[in-house]
Amino acid sequence: MRSLYISLLSEFYKSRKTLAFWASILLPLIICGLISSGFYGGSEKIINQHYPSMLLWLHYIGAALGVMGVLILPFYVIFMAFSVNNIEHKNDTWKTLFAQPLHKFSIYAAKYLFALMLIFVCLLLFGTLTFAFGHLLQFLIPKYNFNQFDPSLLLAKFYLKLFLSSLGILSIQFILSLIWGDFLKPMGIGFIGTIMGIITGNVGWKYAYLIPYSHPSLVLNSSKAVKKLTNLSDFPIFTQEIYTSLVYAAVLFILGYFIVIKKSIK
Amino acid sequence: MSNFAIETVGLNFNFGRQAIVKDLSLQVPKGSIYGFLGPNGAGKTTTIKILLNLLKSPADRVFIFGKEINSNRIAILKRIGSLVEQPAIYGHLSGKENLINRCLLLGIKKSKADEMLALVGLTDAADKKSSKYSLGMKQRLGIGLALVSDPKLLLLDEPTNGLDPNGIIEIRNLMIELTTKHNKTILVSSHLLAEIERTATHVGIINKGQLLFQGTIQELQLLNKPLLEIEVNNVAGASILIQEKGYEIVTKTDSKISVPFVSKTESGTINTFLIQNGFTVTSLSQQRKDLENLFLDITKTN
Repeated sequence: MRSLYISLLSEFYKSRKTLAFWASILLPLIICGLISSGFYGGSEKIINQHYPSMLLWLHYIGAALGVMGVLILPFYVIFMAFSVNNIEHKNDTWKTLFAQPLHKFSIYAAKYLFALMLIFVCLLLFGTLTFAFGHLLQFLIPKYNFNQFDPSLLLAKFYLKLFLSSLGILSIQFILSLIWGDFLKPMGIGFIGTIMGIITGNVGWKYAYLIPYSHPSLVLNSSKAVKKLTNLSDFPIFTQEIYTSLVYAAVLFILGYFIVIKKSIK
Repeated sequence: MSNFAIETVGLNFNFGRQAIVKDLSLQVPKGSIYGFLGPNGAGKTTTIKILLNLLKSPADRVFIFGKEINSNRIAILKRIGSLVEQPAIYGHLSGKENLINRCLLLGIKKSKADEMLALVGLTDAADKKSSKYSLGMKQRLGIGLALVSDPKLLLLDEPTNGLDPNGIIEIRNLMIELTTKHNKTILVSSHLLAEIERTATHVGIINKGQLLFQGTIQELQLLNKPLLEIEVNNVAGASILIQEKGYEIVTKTDSKISVPFVSKTESGTINTFLIQNGFTVTSLSQQRKDLENLFLDITKTN
């Protein structure tokens, strides 16, 4: 356990000056900032639509979710999986890392956990900033009616679901980036997977849930049905695609460990 | 309790079908500076990686401080500091940050980082990004990283690569100090004998995965038998006469004949009978191959 904590601490120390680390903070800040400034600049047009508070929030949340969920999240996950491994490939440091008196499992699990944490922080910030910027908009433009509905439970559940849906992708990409030191192979496979996921997720293919890359899309598609619910936050978190994502994550995480044990440092 | 810091017993290692290490039986005594010598591609780095358990060895073949490596990996790695090939350094971090990161991993005080920087002479460049370091500075940082845990055994793979003569001398002195004052054992690999013959107490010579010589530096020198070099006017005729008198000719050129040196009296005898038979001897000298040539000879025959 101490071995894992130490490795995790070292991951943080090594990465804190890299783009990958800052991306998890900057990405939500930039996207939420852009959407909010759109709502600020185009406020008259939106106010003229006379949305009820709940729909206004959905409209606003949907803008961030739509961009984030379909394209950015899969690529962000691919990039995270790549960068935590690439820091060792690039500096040729696998050999020193595995020559330290630490369990190989701790080294591996710490890397995986660190990538997981970065994705969690990113999505947490997305939810928090959406909430905070919505209320900031209300403060700046009092004509908005953001204050008449509390979206916090909805946001929390949506982003949690999105986080869980990304775990399958993370595990696949983590293994690919562990094996290959270059950017193109994991990125190329991830790109093809993501496109496949978006297509199969959107056309509603029966077996789309078996492709991890389609999970975020499936989560977003299900979000469209939320509008029909009387209580917006009344949707289930653990649906078929989430279970599948978790199973993929668990199986591939274990498989990845066996790859690490067998990995010969030539 | 074993007297060896490192002991391998008939170790074999293959990459696929290619045998890299063959029947290797290293014995590195505690407290020694063991020069692990061999030309490029001889299997030195592979052996060092096996000693660090980076490459998996068969069971009961590799022992560090008497313990089998596969079943005591963590306990053994706690006592080893290593520098394998090019130093592995995070380029986006400064030298000091690289050391602090290692302190974190080893669970030791961060203040040790400054101590190491001073030891390897990088205090002034402590906060410089290590990707901007020169090759020599990277090598020093690599040595600092290897030493930070105060290990009992140091495995250094060509540590003087890229260092200038001053740097080489500093590393040499550091190695001597570490073994004499701090009772450490060092295995240092190199492809140049001259580089370590002044520091090593023991030598192992490896070529094509096989250990060709292992022993103290004095034993290596004993292998190196002196020759009597005779410069004479008629080499062909003189050779026949020398052989008739029962001497073995080691080498022969246009003007010189070499025979094993036995003693001064014997040299005089050879000189006398050559002159008595009408040859003109212009020079008679005792020659000893330098260790570098001896090393080349040992590795050439394999």
